[in-house]
Amino acid sequence: MESIAREKLKKTPLFDRHVARGAKIVPFAGYEMPLSYDGILAEHRRVRNAAGLFDVSHMGEAEFRGGEAASFLEHVTSNSVASLGPMHAQYSLLLNRRGGVIDDLIVYRLEDRFLIVVNAANIEKDFEWIASHLSPDVDFRNISDDTALLAWQGPKAAAILQPLVDADLARIPSFGMATARFGTAPVILARTGYTGEDGFEIFCANRDAPAIWDQLLDAGEPQGAGPAGLGARDTLRLEKQYRLYGQDMDETVSALEAGLGWVVKLDKGDFIGRDALVAQKKAGVPRATIGLRVTDDARNIPRPGYEVVVDGEVAGEVTSGTFSPTLETGIALARVSKKFADVPAAGIRVRNKDARAARVAKSFV
Amino acid sequence: MNIPQDLKYTKEHEWVLLDDGVAVVGITDFAQSELGDIVFVELPSIGLNLKVMEPFGSVESVKSVSDLYSPVSGVVADVNTRLTANPDLVNSDPFGEGWMVRIEPSEMSDLDQLLTAEEYAEYIGAEQA
Repeated sequence: MESIAREKLKKTPLFDRHVARGAKIVPFAGYEMPLSYDGILAEHRRVRNAAGLFDVSHMGEAEFRGGEAASFLEHVTSNSVASLGPMHAQYSLLLNRRGGVIDDLIVYRLEDRFLIVVNAANIEKDFEWIASHLSPDVDFRNISDDTALLAWQGPKAAAILQPLVDADLARIPSFGMATARFGTAPVILARTGYTGEDGFEIFCANRDAPAIWDQLLDAGEPQGAGPAGLGARDTLRLEKQYRLYGQDMDETVSALEAGLGWVVKLDKGDFIGRDALVAQKKAGVPRATIGLRVTDDARNIPRPGYEVVVDGEVAGEVTSGTFSPTLETGIALARVSKKFADVPAAGIRVRNKDARAARVAKSFV
Repeated sequence: MNIPQDLKYTKEHEWVLLDDGVAVVGITDFAQSELGDIVFVELPSIGLNLKVMEPFGSVESVKSVSDLYSPVSGVVADVNTRLTANPDLVNSDPFGEGWMVRIEPSEMSDLDQLLTAEEYAEYIGAEQA
């Protein structure tokens, strides 16, 4: 059975590159993806100290064109599309009518169209949802299968990339973007990512992805850069308390409970999910998402599902947890009942004992 | 994948070396590779009595935590204390410096239940498919 399922897994245009580098390949969101190349710790540190190259071609991309595209996206996403200037991007959410999170996404505004990037596991669900609300004046196109996406992240990312492209990277601010040529390949460069480091996400055609991959690594490896897999992507994002869809939020968790109120613009006018969130805000948000850092024994590593305990009472549970390579101790995001939202410390039940943990607002590192 | 011929194996991915009547136990190359970077190894106290297939500790990687199971019944005679400060020895040398415990077997017949190198190779081959 399993071998049949595996044959149906998709490969990105960079699959052969991952295999050639001896990557540990795992099934992820319907794709065969690299979990790690030479160890999560080494890959994590290379992104924090130099630069790491991620293949995120599994993620879903779609384009919106037409005069109504902006107002349509304003209606189906939670952030303010009106405040998004050309060649800029914003983090946003697709919400259901209960204010639950269908997906998190990045909305990119180009000169002539919008582009969105969604989680690979949600491509079908998201695009069906979008199609079901589409106005006839909007031209919506799923370009996932034609688009490769590389994330080049780290403090040295810009300096290594600059000689390889014809755009002036100094003129691209955080969450800004540019169209450019990488060699002869047309690319979109966006100063976005999921690691908390400076860096770029590079959109290109599938056929151009392997050469771009090779050139970035050839230029970067002498400076300590290298490839990085899904394992490091997870530890990097969790150190910054970035939420992961499916763990930290889903359709049963409201955007406010997930701590994502900062990308929900309740005053921008009507949008799907707004009424429910306005009502929830008025009545009180039942649960909160908090960051916890283990402070006693670093061997107590929180994992999803572990109970969070305050004064002997179960306050909630860990939604994401790992060993932080930077802090060398356990870190977690946890969803707790609202009365525990402001606790200075909590226990995390790790193998039948309570590890002590301090609440950390925003980023762990 | 390294699977030394002179060792015995469990389906829980431990290896066993019979050294002068004492069972030396660690986890296999396949296991460390599956776990990835190991950050902690929790080992038992010397003198602990173990039953065959009883958990005696755990190994934690960045990604996950896994229990360790005793391949034999017996008494813990020694533990590899170097793993406290250098858990990565399990990754770099799983069959050597990454050894975990020495167990004095109380039932030598437990050893007959273990897999040979060929059987273990076939087992993980099946698991990988």
